[in-house]
Amino acid sequence: MFEIIESPISVQEVTEQVMHRNAGAVVNFIGTVREITKGRKTLYLEYEAYVPMAKAKLEQIGKEIDEKWPGAKSAIVHRIGRLEIGEAAVVIATSSPHRADAYEANRYAIERIKELVPIWKKEHWEDGELWIGNQQGTISYENSKPEVNEE
Amino acid sequence: MITILLFAHLREQFGTRELQIEESAITVANLRQQLEAKYEFLDTKSIMIAVNEEFADDEDVIQAGDTVALIPPVSGG
Repeated sequence: MFEIIESPISVQEVTEQVMHRNAGAVVNFIGTVREITKGRKTLYLEYEAYVPMAKAKLEQIGKEIDEKWPGAKSAIVHRIGRLEIGEAAVVIATSSPHRADAYEANRYAIERIKELVPIWKKEHWEDGELWIGNQQGTISYENSKPEVNEE
Repeated sequence: MITILLFAHLREQFGTRELQIEESAITVANLRQQLEAKYEFLDTKSIMIAVNEEFADDEDVIQAGDTVALIPPVSGG
């Protein structure tokens, strides 16, 4: 299961995709909407995707996991549209016969999502809004050009 | 004719989800130049280009009928 959806994600349903008789470990990652980022209060987030390509890239990540951790299984669902504080934006489930692979594969999946899956989030604050330009939130597009904020 | 899909801040800046250009067989690098010449506010340095849903290199050639997407740095997760 590698999907981009507009409705709330069922953690249970994603997890069930990777459960099987030879799994001895199942790891879930749930990426949720955080209220405070760098001291600024988020009201809600808006996610947008290039849906067919994003789905294909999630599938690619699944294949990469198959190759790197033989025997591991993975499922990834990312939600788009308006998300409120605390809601799940992404759910990643991985399983493997032993726990180390499931943990590693799960971490790998979220890092790859932040590198190559065409999904973007827009922060909405009380006093403004902004598309976030990269996963670290260090590039923004206020003046149409990326601005790199030195941390 | 080449279709160019726009997302996130680019969609808002252009005020549309897609552009059409009358071209065939141009390289990705050439497309970047053309777009920057036509749209002064656009700087494609940090933007990746996808052709038919796959990331493309500057030397890759775009054919008539292809679907191009401008992919600003992603922020999913």
